[in-house]
Amino acid sequence: MHRLRSIKERSARWFMRIIAYCSILFLIIIGIALFVKAFPAIKNNGLWELLTSARWRPSGGKFGFLPFIISTLYVSAIAIAIALPLSLLTAIYLNSYASKGIRRFFAPVIDLLSGIPPVIYGVWGTITIVPFIANYIAPHFSGQSSGYSVMAGGIVLAVMIIPLLVGLLVEIFNSIPKEMTDASFSLGATKLQTVKRVILRRSLPGIVAVTVLSVSRAFGETMAVLMVCGNSTLMPHSLLDACYPIPALIANNYGEMLSIPGYESALMLAAFLLFVIVFLFNGISRLTLNHLEKRFHF
Amino acid sequence: MTGTNHKIRIESLNVNIDGQHILKNIDLTIPGREITCVIGPSGCGKSTFLKSLNRMHDENPDVNVSGSIFVDNQDIYDRNINVIDIRKKMGLLAQHPCPLPMSVFDNVAYGPRIHSLDSKKEISKTVEHYLRLAGLWDEVKDKLHSSAAPLSLGQQQRLCLARGLATEPEYILGDEATSSLDPISTKKIEQLFVTLKEEYTIILVTHILRQARRLADYIVFMYLGEIIEAGPADEFFNNPKQQLTKDYIAGSFS
Repeated sequence: MHRLRSIKERSARWFMRIIAYCSILFLIIIGIALFVKAFPAIKNNGLWELLTSARWRPSGGKFGFLPFIISTLYVSAIAIAIALPLSLLTAIYLNSYASKGIRRFFAPVIDLLSGIPPVIYGVWGTITIVPFIANYIAPHFSGQSSGYSVMAGGIVLAVMIIPLLVGLLVEIFNSIPKEMTDASFSLGATKLQTVKRVILRRSLPGIVAVTVLSVSRAFGETMAVLMVCGNSTLMPHSLLDACYPIPALIANNYGEMLSIPGYESALMLAAFLLFVIVFLFNGISRLTLNHLEKRFHF
Repeated sequence: MTGTNHKIRIESLNVNIDGQHILKNIDLTIPGREITCVIGPSGCGKSTFLKSLNRMHDENPDVNVSGSIFVDNQDIYDRNINVIDIRKKMGLLAQHPCPLPMSVFDNVAYGPRIHSLDSKKEISKTVEHYLRLAGLWDEVKDKLHSSAAPLSLGQQQRLCLARGLATEPEYILGDEATSSLDPISTKKIEQLFVTLKEEYTIILVTHILRQARRLADYIVFMYLGEIIEAGPADEFFNNPKQQLTKDYIAGSFS
């Protein structure tokens, strides 16, 4: 009886351990597979040339990834620049100011919003944001823009990640012990002082973590962005230019990649680049967070 | 410390939480510059009572407070009174020490800073002064700028006391402030209270009768949301008037 129990205990532990390690294993396998597939492109063109050239002519064997890399970073940066402040303010309101009734109303609505399929955001962007930019914003600046642009991509993406961010931020704020905010109040701090000096400060690691998560999500978002960005292989020079983020590039050309020599390998390299960008971004923010944790005392 | 009439007068205080009548018609006068201990079994409303003294119930929409509490002849529940001033005046020491997520120094400087003391020199002077007063200076002077979290519970509670004193309150409210501490830390905090009563009016909630015996000049005995008996400690312990008080002191229930 005793023996059987200990065998069960041990096998359960091993079983779960293997499953846990599998998830990491998959990550490594995907990385290696992409790299192997992408290697011919690197061998033929040279990595530096691929990363720094802006010439994209698959039929001529020219694969310059710079416009796509820039587009990806550009659109994601705009999205997070819009989404983060709005989400922070919303989450602070929901955590510290809103009445119970409002909170109870918001929680399921935010979950619902984060569950809306990207393609719907894409359609919405095409019929509202894109014409709005073309008709009202562009004329004030460069003049000509179809509206399919970096800005459209950034806005649509921002609207998409706001519910995700708000949901996670509210969770983080709610996890702060009540004793801590009470301590601040009992010292005579106002709500705003408590939010700034205790709640935000204490949540900083969490805020960084969810920002990283949503930026990673923005990097990889395909459908909505593809529908509003214009998908031009030229380098975007302003917010109103069309652009072509990496996921959109892969999704749009996946069907025909076998018909042009070297194309498949180039697209695999695109996927690998996206993989590396997300990886680097996560790594760097992890390091920053460690540094912050040492500097401030959360 | 101003005013010779340092005292608290409470008139028909009633507190309802979620529709439950927790404090029932409290009428009480608490003397100034003495230690008053509020005693009674768990759940009798001691903490609720203490929290009404610095209007912490304002933060909880489920709590309904009615009645008046005059602190230095000013009703703190008056509409024209700013709750910030009340809380600055009535320092609260919570049951569990809860350092804010910042360094030891910043914890003590928190109050002065939010009440807009800006001069760096003044702030460090204040921080040192109150850390010394709380008997913590020698233990933390070399790690002022590291996190307050690794301190022992007893040190954390003294830090919280220093933090509370640094806002320069006139009253100290202690909500079972030693209940999570070891005996030695408890003794240190108790000795501090005795020193502090020269300048402050101290109100301590405790469910430990012996602690009340050691510290109290004045006793308030509560049971099921009502005040059963209140009076000077000597009289209360040696010559209790109510049967319920006698039973409680004798240990028939706790």
